Amino acid sequence: MTDTTVSIDTSGEETLLAFAGRLVIDRIEAIDRALGEQPGGGNIVIDLSRVETLDTAGAWLVITLAKRLEADGAEVRVDGASDIQRQLLDRIEASLPEEHVPEPRPGGLVPWLERIGRATAATAALVLELLSFFGETIARLLGVLVRPWRLRGTSLVAQMHEAGFNAVPIVALMTFLIGIVIGYQGAAQLRQFGAEVFVVDLIAISVLRELGVLLTAIMVAGRSASAFTSSIGSMKMQEEIDAMRTLGLDPIEVLVVPRVLALLIMLPVLAFIGNITGLLGGMIMSWIELGISPSLFLVRMLEGTDISHFFVGMVKAPVFAVVIAVVGAFQGMKVEMDAASLGRRTSISVVLAIFLVIVFNALFSVFFAILEV
Amino acid sequence: MYDDSRQQAERQAIIEVRGLVTRFGDHVVHENLDLDVYRGEVLGVVGGSGSGKSVLLRAICGLLRPAAGSVRVLGTDMLSAPEAERRSIENRWGVMFQEGALFSSLTVLENVEAPMRERLKLPPEIRRGLGELKVSLVGLPPLAGSKYPAELSGGMRKRAGLARAISLDPEIVFLDEPTAGLDPISATAFDELIRSLQRALGLTVFLVTHDLDTLHATCDRIAVLAEKKVLVTGTMADMLNVEHPWVHEYFHGPRARAAQPAG
Repeated sequence: MTDTTVSIDTSGEETLLAFAGRLVIDRIEAIDRALGEQPGGGNIVIDLSRVETLDTAGAWLVITLAKRLEADGAEVRVDGASDIQRQLLDRIEASLPEEHVPEPRPGGLVPWLERIGRATAATAALVLELLSFFGETIARLLGVLVRPWRLRGTSLVAQMHEAGFNAVPIVALMTFLIGIVIGYQGAAQLRQFGAEVFVVDLIAISVLRELGVLLTAIMVAGRSASAFTSSIGSMKMQEEIDAMRTLGLDPIEVLVVPRVLALLIMLPVLAFIGNITGLLGGMIMSWIELGISPSLFLVRMLEGTDISHFFVGMVKAPVFAVVIAVVGAFQGMKVEMDAASLGRRTSISVVLAIFLVIVFNALFSVFFAILEV
Repeated sequence: MYDDSRQQAERQAIIEVRGLVTRFGDHVVHENLDLDVYRGEVLGVVGGSGSGKSVLLRAICGLLRPAAGSVRVLGTDMLSAPEAERRSIENRWGVMFQEGALFSSLTVLENVEAPMRERLKLPPEIRRGLGELKVSLVGLPPLAGSKYPAELSGGMRKRAGLARAISLDPEIVFLDEPTAGLDPISATAFDELIRSLQRALGLTVFLVTHDLDTLHATCDRIAVLAEKKVLVTGTMADMLNVEHPWVHEYFHGPRARAAQPAG
C-alpha cells in the first residue's frame, strides 16, 4: 500500500498538480494539508494518472480544488483519470451541493423578547389546552355516571388493579418508614422538654393531615401518571387513537374515563392504607424509643387527636387522583409520532403531576387555615 | 495505471456464508445456509414473510450471533476474528435499516457526519463538505440536511439512511427493504439511485426486498430464501425457470408478471 503524495511542478508552461497513491477518505486530511496554498492563475493541470484508488471523498477533494482554483482565475484541467474514476468524478461534480450560506441567527434584545413572548404564549396555550381536556374528561365522567352502562367495566377493574392494588406494598412500606422517621425525630426533640408523650400527637396529626395522603399521591403520580402517559402515548403512536375515532369510539370515554375513575376510587383507599401504616411505623418507634406501649399510644391518639385531621387529609385524595390521572392522560394524548416525544411526554407527565399535587396541597392548607379546621 | 482491481476481481466472493444456523429458542430460522456475494454485484435476497431475510442480514452484520456456521466478509472470519480486526472490517460496510434508523436527536447532516466523526479524524469543514456531498448524492435537497428525521417523509428518511450508510465510502452496502412503504414513483427513483450509486462508487450491494420491481431494476443476482436455507441463486432469467412451487409462484404470480419489463 503506497503512501498518498501530491507534487506541484511549476517549472513548465502549465502548473502540474500530480496526485499519487490512494486518494481516499482516511487520507483526505493529509492531502489537504500537503496541498497548502496553491498558485493562483495560469493553466493548471491536475494529474490523476498515478492515483491507485479514488473514492467519493477523493473525488470531492479534486473537484472542490479545481473549483477553488477556477474561482481564482486559473484554467484547470483534470487529466489522467481512468474511465471508472472519470465516471465517479462526473457523478460527484453533478451532485455537488450548491454553496449556501446559512442565515445568520439574529441576536440582540428583540429576538430575546420574541422568544420570551413565544414561550409565554405557548405556556398559556398549554394551560388552556389542559383545562379544556380536564373539562372534557369531567363532562364524559359525569356522562358515564348518568349512563352507567357506557362505563368500560373491564378496563376500570384492570386499571384499579394496576394503579391501585399493585401499588399497595410500595405505598405501605414508604409511609411506614416515614412514620418511623417522624417517630424517631419527634422523640429526640420532644425528650429535651420532657414532653415525650406529645410525640403521639405529632405523629398522628402529621401523618393523617399531610404526609399519609401527600406521599401516597406522590408515589401514585410517579407510578401511574407515567404509566397512563406511556400507554396512551404508545397507542397514539400506533394510530390506535385515530382508529378508535374512525370506529365512532370516543378515546376520552374509552381510555381516560376508566383511568380517572380508577384513581378516584383507589387513591383514597391507598391513602387510608398509607395512614394506617404510617401510624403503625410511628407507634413502633415510640414503643422502642420512648417506651410508649401501643395501647397507650392508641388511647393517647384517640383522646388527643381530633377526627377532623383524618378527614382533612382524606378529602384531598380524590382531588389529587383527578389531577394525576388527567395530567397523565393529557400528556399521553400529546405524544406525537416519534419515540422521542413519548419519553419526553412521560417525564413531563411525572414532574407535572407531582408538582401539581404539591401545589394543590398548599392550596388546601391555605383553605383549611381560613376555615380554621 | 488506474484502479482496475474491481474488474479483475469480478467473481471474487466478498461475503461467504457457510453452514449458517440461527435460531430463537426452539424456532430454527436458518439451517445450514450457504451464500456467496461477489464483489461489485447487487444481490437481491427474497423470501416469504418470516423466512429470515432480515435475520440473515443481521447475522452477516454481526448484530446477531448465529448458533453455528461461519461468516467471512472481505476474507475475515467475522465470528472468530479479534475485536480490532472486526472493527476494521465493519468500517468497510454500511447498513441502511428499514425505516432509516436515523438518530432522532441529530439532524440529517449530523447523522451523515456521525460515522466520520466517530471513525476518522477529519477537520470540521471537510467533514461538513463531505456530509453535504453525501446528502446531495442520495438526491436530497440541501435544505434537508438541517432537518431532524421526524420532519422528513418516509422516502426522505430512507435516502438519509442511505447517505449515512455510504458516509465512509464502504465497499459493501446492506439495504433492508429499501423500497418498502414508498410510493411507486419514489420506489423507482430509489431503485435508480441504488443502481447509479452502485456503479459510480463500485459498491457491492446486499439487498433484502419484497419488491419485484426492485429485483428487475437493480439486482444482478437473486437469492431465494426458503425452507430455512438459500434455495436457489441466479439471475432473474434463471428464477423464471425454477420448478420449486414457491419460487414459481413468486416469480410467475400476477404481481411478478406485472413487474416484468415489457418485451
